[in-house]
Amino acid sequence: MTDDSKFHHGDATDAAPILEMKNIEKHFGNIIALAGVSFDVRPGECHCLLGDNGAGKSTFIKTMSGVHKPTKGEILFEGQHMDFSSPRDAMEAGIATVFQDLAMIPLMSVTRNFFMGREPTIGSGPFKRMDVDRMNQITMDEMRQMGINLRAPDQAVGTLSGGERQTVAIARAVHFGAKILILDEPTSALGVRQTSNVLATVDKVRKQGIGVVFISHNVRHALAVGDRFTVLNRGKTLGTAKRGEISPEELQDMMAGGQEMAQLEGSLGGTV
Amino acid sequence: MAGNTAAVDERLKTESFGARMMKRPELGAFAGVILVTIFFLATADPAMFTLSGVINFMTPAAQLGILAIGAALLMIGGEFDLSIGSMVAFAGLFFAAATVTFGLPLTIAIPATFVFAAAVGSINGIIVIRSGLPSFIVTLAFLFILRGLSLVGLKLATGGSTQLRGVRDATEGDWLAPFFSGDAFGGLFLWLAEQGWVETFNNGTPKVPGIPVEILWFVIIAALATWVLLRTPAGNWIFAAGGDTNAATNSGVPVRRVKISLFMVTACCAAMVAIITVMDAGSTDARRGFQKEFEAIIAAVIGGCLLTGGYGSAIGAFFGAIIFGMVVIGLTYTDFDQDWFQVFLGGMLLIAVLFNNAIRKRVTGER
Ligand SMILES: Nc1ncnc2c1ncn2[C@@H]1O[C@H](COP(=O)(O)OP(=O)(O)OP(=O)(O)O)[C@@H](O)[C@H]1O
Ligand SMILES: [Mg+2]
Repeated sequence: MTDDSKFHHGDATDAAPILEMKNIEKHFGNIIALAGVSFDVRPGECHCLLGDNGAGKSTFIKTMSGVHKPTKGEILFEGQHMDFSSPRDAMEAGIATVFQDLAMIPLMSVTRNFFMGREPTIGSGPFKRMDVDRMNQITMDEMRQMGINLRAPDQAVGTLSGGERQTVAIARAVHFGAKILILDEPTSALGVRQTSNVLATVDKVRKQGIGVVFISHNVRHALAVGDRFTVLNRGKTLGTAKRGEISPEELQDMMAGGQEMAQLEGSLGGTV
Repeated sequence: MAGNTAAVDERLKTESFGARMMKRPELGAFAGVILVTIFFLATADPAMFTLSGVINFMTPAAQLGILAIGAALLMIGGEFDLSIGSMVAFAGLFFAAATVTFGLPLTIAIPATFVFAAAVGSINGIIVIRSGLPSFIVTLAFLFILRGLSLVGLKLATGGSTQLRGVRDATEGDWLAPFFSGDAFGGLFLWLAEQGWVETFNNGTPKVPGIPVEILWFVIIAALATWVLLRTPAGNWIFAAGGDTNAATNSGVPVRRVKISLFMVTACCAAMVAIITVMDAGSTDARRGFQKEFEAIIAAVIGGCLLTGGYGSAIGAFFGAIIFGMVVIGLTYTDFDQDWFQVFLGGMLLIAVLFNNAIRKRVTGER
């Protein structure tokens, strides 16, 4: 278990939050997915959201990115009351998300997916059109920065490997995340090199003053980049800890919903 | 790895022009046009491929094609509209009533017809989007509702008849009329006749007096739709909305707006056909556009549209409609019984669907 990391961790705890979520509740019919979760993201920090399967992490970040309207609770964006009515609204406010299901369209090309909903244009009036060359160029460049050399930008996303597809989603969010970048298990399908690229990207983005929300089941990944850690369990927060205030073992126990992991870990030789 | 700036990836086989074309959705329809042409070159009277013969089959192709392009856009956007045939009758009634019963000039009647059609289209769209029901069933309801309203409305407007006449008299001399009826480039064809470059009657007038306006509209609409699909953000949104509604919404595509707009566009295509055919015939009746919804959808499918949405092309629908026109009219130039048309239609549809399925697997790399 490492908590040494080559990353320089920002000490951004004093800055005012970009996004503040207060007592968010989300019900789906009679299912209570979130039962009052409070959370905030500050500029230049990476706030890790941890928790067991079904804890409500994805549901929670979807209320941040405009997909779900919270049943109760308040969202403050840069101090202002915010009511995102669609993901488009959240995006325009500068919140970009990598969803767990990636939100990619298999029949469309990498470039078309990359810019879906935010296509750059040239020309004006009736001749306004997508700037296809620039779109292709940016896509190839951004993907290369993430350590993936695409064969061609017009390849259909359906033909990419799982990790390549995930990388497109991450590169897209990084490109458009002006203020907040939300990553829902971004490294679940990635190779070693691509994973460290993603972690390095999180670090780079954070240094630019962007707030990052990072969901992971991997304690090592979380500890490598996280500045603060919030653990969700059964739709509630188990609390937020700052980096250094919590040991990897404690964190891991909390992620498992507070259940004892020690025995299991022992039998697996401490590799979980 | 560093400094790998090679423009071409070594993992990419160079693709021949042919292989690249194989991935285009309109390929099937284009190949179909060639096959049908070869078939009729072999079996039909050579008159079919003279200028007047071509105009002869392009006119019904254009009337269907305008509908098919609308249907194709909507199918790419992931929805169906089974009410477009009835919409032709309904918009035709509205247009005829506006010009004949209310005596409005075309400058008002034509825009009003489009606005009216768009409004009906948006009702279709809003119901589909709000309810989340399949558009198939919602627009099937409108197929009957609009056809019935057309009948009832016609009887009201005419005092019991199912045909409303007098459109030609009412629109004669209107400066907008030449844009929506008759033939274009009459002067050019007259000049060509004088030069002896086109066939003429004995009195020296050309056998083909000009290009029917619907053919020009057909080409313009096909070009416009292709431009929108391939080169504008709206086109990207249409593909995205049809490919995966959820993913598109989450990526910031205004899916509802896109889909409702597409229903409006489709209805406007129907209105376009209504205006042109009503002005051409000088009257409207309740059977106008009967079963055109199926033919339009078939042309769109022949043109490479997937029934599941997210894939297809307007150019494909363009060729699909031409195949249609060639077969309907072409059979009259042959010794075959014309009723082979239906057999042919079903056969084409089946082949197209099988072909599209294979193409889709190629594109998405499914094995
Ligand atoms: N649309 C929905 N309708 C009903 N229940 C839902 C819906 N979305 C989520 N839930 C429920 O809410 C709970 C939290 O789900 P969520 O996807 O947020 O979990 P998660 O923490 O992201 O889990 P994982 O780590 O497996 O991704 C689950 O019990 C799930 O069944
Ligand atoms: Mg999740």
